[in-house]
Amino acid sequence: MIEVKNVEKSFKEDGGVRQVLYNINAKFYDGKTNLIIGQSGSGKTVLVKNIVGLFKPDVGQILYDGRDITVMDRKQLKALRNEIGMLFQGSALFDSETVLGNVIFPLKMFSKMSAEEQRERAQFCIDRVNLTGSENKYPSELSGGMQKRAAIARAIALNPRYLFCDEPNSGLDPKTSIVIDELLSDITHEYGITTIINTHDMNSVMGIGENIVFINKGHVGWIGNKEEIYNVDNDDLNNFVYATDLFRDVRKYRREHGYTPTKVV
Amino acid sequence: MILTNSLNQFGDYCLFLWRTFSIPEKWREFFKRYLNEISKLGIDSIPLIIIVSLFIGSLCTILIKLNITNPLMPRYAVGMTTREIILLEFSSSILCLILSGKIGSNIASEIGTMRVTEQIDALDIMGINSANYLVMPKITGLVTIMPFMVIICMGTSLLGGYLICILTGIISTDTYIYGIQTMFIEWYVWFALIKSLFFAFIISSVSAYYGYTVQGGSTDVGKASTDAVVMSNIMILLVDVILTKLMLQ
Repeated sequence: MIEVKNVEKSFKEDGGVRQVLYNINAKFYDGKTNLIIGQSGSGKTVLVKNIVGLFKPDVGQILYDGRDITVMDRKQLKALRNEIGMLFQGSALFDSETVLGNVIFPLKMFSKMSAEEQRERAQFCIDRVNLTGSENKYPSELSGGMQKRAAIARAIALNPRYLFCDEPNSGLDPKTSIVIDELLSDITHEYGITTIINTHDMNSVMGIGENIVFINKGHVGWIGNKEEIYNVDNDDLNNFVYATDLFRDVRKYRREHGYTPTKVV
Repeated sequence: MILTNSLNQFGDYCLFLWRTFSIPEKWREFFKRYLNEISKLGIDSIPLIIIVSLFIGSLCTILIKLNITNPLMPRYAVGMTTREIILLEFSSSILCLILSGKIGSNIASEIGTMRVTEQIDALDIMGINSANYLVMPKITGLVTIMPFMVIICMGTSLLGGYLICILTGIISTDTYIYGIQTMFIEWYVWFALIKSLFFAFIISSVSAYYGYTVQGGSTDVGKASTDAVVMSNIMILLVDVILTKLMLQ
């Protein structure tokens, strides 16, 4: 489990300081798809970057199964990072490497496997994300969805305990988004890893949101799951969730069939 | 304000070098990348070096011949002066200024693109020292290959002068050959080679620093690439003055 306690983060800007995160408290559970949602500019990505250690919070603790990343020395941080897989918004595949080269890369750098074992493991991960046959293609030869899947294969190559995904569906069509969501959900349940997905895609939220943290203007606005989110009496969250007619219709339908709002957190 | 910013940037550059020069994660991977960089930054630049050197060598010979009109001046002075210009300045400093345009922009844009497409973040998340992994092979590779490029430049420039003597007949080839052998000081060759090591370090490290610290998008990568070349050139000229003063006086 990853626990975020009282995290605050600000950035120096010309002529002052801009605070992005205010007293963030949240828990992200093992074997569940944990979603961080919120509007663009709400502080989601900054929160994720704080959690993975790319930024250091000004105040607060980030505990990985009790280990506080904010006070780790370089060696401890490096050991922890071997337990982390990350899927970036733009996939962040290495342009100069093929799909196989990308997936095998963390194994080459950190595993003690033989070359043959590395190859087998990389092939297993590629097969797991349904990219069989694309091993020798370069990232530029892949579609957006295939790039995401290759990045997921690379992220799971070392059997991570924690998987982070930054906007995994950005730039993808709805159908491919569902494929990526289902893949992430399946992998999370299959390996019991702690998956944190940073998204503003409501289809993802309704599809795979087992633990949802809503960030609004740098504050935690709400915490719950996909069942609860339809009926929350929280204007900020409702403005975000019901921004489209589709979801407004869904809410109307659900309310007509007996769902009632849950209390505001 | 400018002074504070410059000092901040210099401090940042030193920290970047500190991160870069640590023990590689995997030596095997490092050597693979090191050889690749030697090929990419060095071997691939040889055609450019040959073309530029041939022309500069010929131009030096023509211009010196045109400017030495005093009948008391021996004709072999053309070859001798061409040699001195090439050994002392062209083969190291001017060549490195030219190469900083090709190699410097290549390094800055490659690393800058990796930064804006989050590939460097991906390395960091994996627990890899991205500065060490990406930059050290470039610096060591270029520092290794640069003296060889300087030697090629020296030979080709002198050959350029020789060819122009054949083609135009401004002086006889025998006089030119005699000139480039006369009063030869071996230290000048070492001087050029030593300078080139410093310049190779400047080109690779400064360009890598500008690429590594890019923030933004493709426009910023282009700007970083330009800044890298400009700063490398300024640093090369500054170090050139210092080294010339220290090593030749």
